Amino acid sequence: MPYDTTATAATATDEARRQLEICNACRYCEGYCDVFPALTRLSQMDPGAISHLASLCHNCRGCYYACQYSPPHEFALNLPAALAEVRQQDWEDFARPQAVARLFHRSGLALAAALVAGFAVLFAAIAALRPESGEGFYATLSHNAMVAIFAPAFVLPLLAVGLSLRAWWQAIEGGPVRWADVTRAARAAGRMRNLDGGQGQGCNFEKEDRYSDARRWAHQATLWGFLMCFAATSVATLMHYGLNWPAPYGFWSPPKLLGVPGGILLCIGTGWLMALKLRADPDLGAARVWGGEMGFVALLFFVSATGLALYAATGTAAVPALLAIHLGAVLAFFLLTPYSKMVHGFYRFAALMADRRPG
Amino acid sequence: MTDPGTPWDVAIVGGGNAALCAAIEAAEAGARVILLEAAPRHMRGGNSRHTRNFRCMHQGPLSVLTDTYGEDEYYDDLIRVTGGKTEPELARLAIRESESALPWMESHGVRFQPSLSGTLSLGRTNAFFLGGGKALVNAYYATVEDLGVTIRYEAKVAHVHIESGAFRWLELESGERIVARAVVLASGGFQADLDWLARAWGPAARNFLIRGTPWNRGEVLRDMLDQGAESVGDPTQCHAVAIDGRAPKFDGGIVTRLDCVPFSVVVNRDGARFHDEGQDVWPKRYAIWGRLVAAQPDQVAYAVIDAKARGLFMPSVFPPETADTVEELGTRLGIDGAHLAATVDAYNAACRPGTFHPTELDGVATEGLEPPKTNWARPIDTPPYYGYTLRPGVTFTYLGLKVSPRAQVQSGHGPLTNVWAAGEIMAGSILGQGYLAGFGMTIGTVFGRIAGQEAAAHAL
Repeated sequence: MPYDTTATAATATDEARRQLEICNACRYCEGYCDVFPALTRLSQMDPGAISHLASLCHNCRGCYYACQYSPPHEFALNLPAALAEVRQQDWEDFARPQAVARLFHRSGLALAAALVAGFAVLFAAIAALRPESGEGFYATLSHNAMVAIFAPAFVLPLLAVGLSLRAWWQAIEGGPVRWADVTRAARAAGRMRNLDGGQGQGCNFEKEDRYSDARRWAHQATLWGFLMCFAATSVATLMHYGLNWPAPYGFWSPPKLLGVPGGILLCIGTGWLMALKLRADPDLGAARVWGGEMGFVALLFFVSATGLALYAATGTAAVPALLAIHLGAVLAFFLLTPYSKMVHGFYRFAALMADRRPG
Repeated sequence: MTDPGTPWDVAIVGGGNAALCAAIEAAEAGARVILLEAAPRHMRGGNSRHTRNFRCMHQGPLSVLTDTYGEDEYYDDLIRVTGGKTEPELARLAIRESESALPWMESHGVRFQPSLSGTLSLGRTNAFFLGGGKALVNAYYATVEDLGVTIRYEAKVAHVHIESGAFRWLELESGERIVARAVVLASGGFQADLDWLARAWGPAARNFLIRGTPWNRGEVLRDMLDQGAESVGDPTQCHAVAIDGRAPKFDGGIVTRLDCVPFSVVVNRDGARFHDEGQDVWPKRYAIWGRLVAAQPDQVAYAVIDAKARGLFMPSVFPPETADTVEELGTRLGIDGAHLAATVDAYNAACRPGTFHPTELDGVATEGLEPPKTNWARPIDTPPYYGYTLRPGVTFTYLGLKVSPRAQVQSGHGPLTNVWAAGEIMAGSILGQGYLAGFGMTIGTVFGRIAGQEAAAHAL
């Protein structure tokens, strides 16, 4: 009886299960990442367990190029793509409203439209709310106006992500969270351990069956650049309210010392990620959302590049326009957090937290 | 662009582990090398694609290997599986050279990982490839490309032209001639040629499944034998194991194996038992079941377990047939359910109390049953019942070319001046019978390297 690869492939989860059962009988890839050891510990391959494995997978693709069963073999194994489809489905299914998530995950064009809408909101705000006094950016848009726009634009999406994540955590039966889960996940994410190929040789992204550390470095630049920019904003908020030390800040102040290198790192990281993505095989990921993924990285690049441009333009007539463009991009980015590739970070972190190895 | 008139220094026939090791050594010695792989790129690597480890001698901890594994112990293991059918000089050479081969492999791109889960018994003796054999093959192809070796895929060699004891050129299936000063033959065995198997085994062989590449059809081996090269190994034998009967005809690889036999009752098409399922610890007796099943009508058998035995063995890629009664299970398996139920009842009645221990010979045996089951004989009485179809899966063939310790191919009139062989095509010298896990890769690596060095030394 020939092995039928289509009969059971009704849903992304079924297809992932079909492939994982082959993996579980083979186990050659155990040393690449956390997915395979987690797979061998499973007693049952229920949808929750498959969701967990899917978000644990960082799409390093090592298993695909090592696989003796990759297409055109009749077993047709493409685990990176199968798991990408499951995670993508989860990110859309657990988001509220789902239709918004489906749109922005898939379409880079929709992301661009959201970006333009962000600009429009900021230009309108600047035109309508012109302050009577203020220094630096606050001469263009008052601090209170910025807070009125960005506090809800930041908090509400995070709340939405939190609700989705809680439901997902229950679906994967994540169990009670311990502090050790958080620290273990932070160490794995901070080093991007699941992109190191298991031995530090890197993954198989843009150079196919040859290993390369490029994606790991690019992602690290993006991650740490982003976190530094985020820290810059947080520090500035604390300085504003806690120390009564409002912006503008000089170069040798904590917000700038974090924000400028952070912005540069984010710019380099996202630019590099886009270049790598153009060279990688789209069929080893969730091909249907390639545009949305690319659009999301481009949006992050745009946020960092306009932030740096804004700083470079300090004191010039270009500030109001650049401020509107930069803040418009930030606004679009914040609002799309629950509905774009940005959620991957939250799900991956949660998946790492739930990956508890015995011993 | 190479002038077609310029002969290559070394031509390598084949594209698996042995061929790649030879290509690396020859290219590093400074030779202009061409490697001819019959398969298309995505199927490159022969049976090495399906391998997972390398059996390696070591005097102390080495890479991922723990403890020690000395020459004598290694050799004893080989003697045990081959029943002494080995050429001691070649065997000891392969064993001794394996120790320095492992760091050489690492320095040419191969990565090892600790023993896989479910294979702890091999953690001392066998170094597992990270990602398995295809990852090893990929690493070697990258190395070979970087060394400037010319690689030709879908380049099937039809004839090795030998004149007065020396190789002159290769003729490809396309008619193209590849002229070289020396040649390394590393094109594997003939197990994918079902006609050849049927000539050796009888028509039953057409029902065998081939576990590895469909590209090992033995054309080069046949051609060399026809031209008077000396052979080794039993031409009628192949190494076959019992695998899941639903496996693909070719290339099913590791996931089609079935480890459930010791915990099962195995019957043939007529619902009758035919051998002691509890003879020895899996996988030691794994290999004999290929032959046992091959000898049954239609070359098929059925292993039946109950709910107690699930989880005692590595999962198979195919889900078992399941039923609440043994009779119904028989029907689902496509055999006479009543016969199966009668066989299981007779077996159950012969079972005696004892302490079941799945990982060692526990002596829990049947009494007054023919054939007996001498270990792990627990009654099959807890539904649901599960059934697997078993068929013989051919891993490799034993017939090969006789070589010297320097891997040089021998003819009736002495060695062929400029022809070397490595890998499965000459492994029958060392593995005359049976199989030792990870030893095929050892033979391929050690003799591939020697062949590459010798061929380059001759050509330069």
